[in-house]
Amino acid sequence: MGAPEPIHAHAIDNIRFIRDTMSRATQFTALPGWGGVLMGVTALVTAAVSGPPDDSLRWVLVWLADACVAAAIALGAMAMKARRAGTPLTSAAPAHRFALAYLPPLIAGIVLTPVFVLGGLMARLPGCWLLLYGAAAATGGAFSIRIVPILGLCFMALGVVAFAVPAAWGHWFMAAGFGGLHIGFGLVIARKYGG
Amino acid sequence: MAARTAAARNKSEIRNLKSEIPRRSTLDLDRLIHERLRLGIVSALAVNDRLTFNDLKGLLQTTDGNLSVHARKLEDAQYISCEKTFDGRMPRTEYRLTAAGRRAFEKYLAHMEAILKAVRD
Repeated sequence: MGAPEPIHAHAIDNIRFIRDTMSRATQFTALPGWGGVLMGVTALVTAAVSGPPDDSLRWVLVWLADACVAAAIALGAMAMKARRAGTPLTSAAPAHRFALAYLPPLIAGIVLTPVFVLGGLMARLPGCWLLLYGAAAATGGAFSIRIVPILGLCFMALGVVAFAVPAAWGHWFMAAGFGGLHIGFGLVIARKYGG
Repeated sequence: MAARTAAARNKSEIRNLKSEIPRRSTLDLDRLIHERLRLGIVSALAVNDRLTFNDLKGLLQTTDGNLSVHARKLEDAQYISCEKTFDGRMPRTEYRLTAAGRRAFEKYLAHMEAILKAVRD
């Protein structure tokens, strides 16, 4: 028979269990892996259609259209995943916390887009979008599974590099980030976190 | 010599007192919350306004039967409340922590902290 466990060790174990349960209970897990893959595919198609940033409004509009399609895919896939798990998004507190942390950097991106366009920096939008989308994933990811902030940091790194390289490479960075990272991380989320 | 004996007696009394605090705390523990799965249910509900049966089942990695039994015990003690609705044709069970449940959880946490503090001091 083993020696009895000291009571303080039991208390530490209990507190650790409580903290761990509370932490997992506040995670937002309805992130759609397959939805991410689909968003990545539409981004690759968009990069092929848009070509290199050429200071034309057409280039910006093509990518804004893709952003709308991607947002619709993400919301639809999230609602489906949450519904499958028996937790509609509207009643899930983790979803609210995730949204509150995720949205501010995205709003900053929406505000900065016309500023870049009007300021003659249209060709630098890939860096701006990648950086701010990454910031959104990194902050929202604080309330989600660990892979999400990592995805955010990868986007941010790509955004920083996109600012440093010739602007004509912008569509490759858009394809690598919104296409490649979404597909890669989407597959991991789909396989490890239930779809 | 007499002074050394008195000091030893004092040390022994302090030791006894320290061991007494955790023992008393253990006896006072809320057994209803102390059980691991029920502690999990209450901890999860403490940071969420409400959670469904499926949320809790996935979070605590348990079976339907096990969760039902332990949730019912907490419900009987009025630590959690249960609301059954229909989402389309699917039945849906939602749990919330009651004010009594939150008080009991806070008291339990205070107990755990008191035990640790007694050992530290």
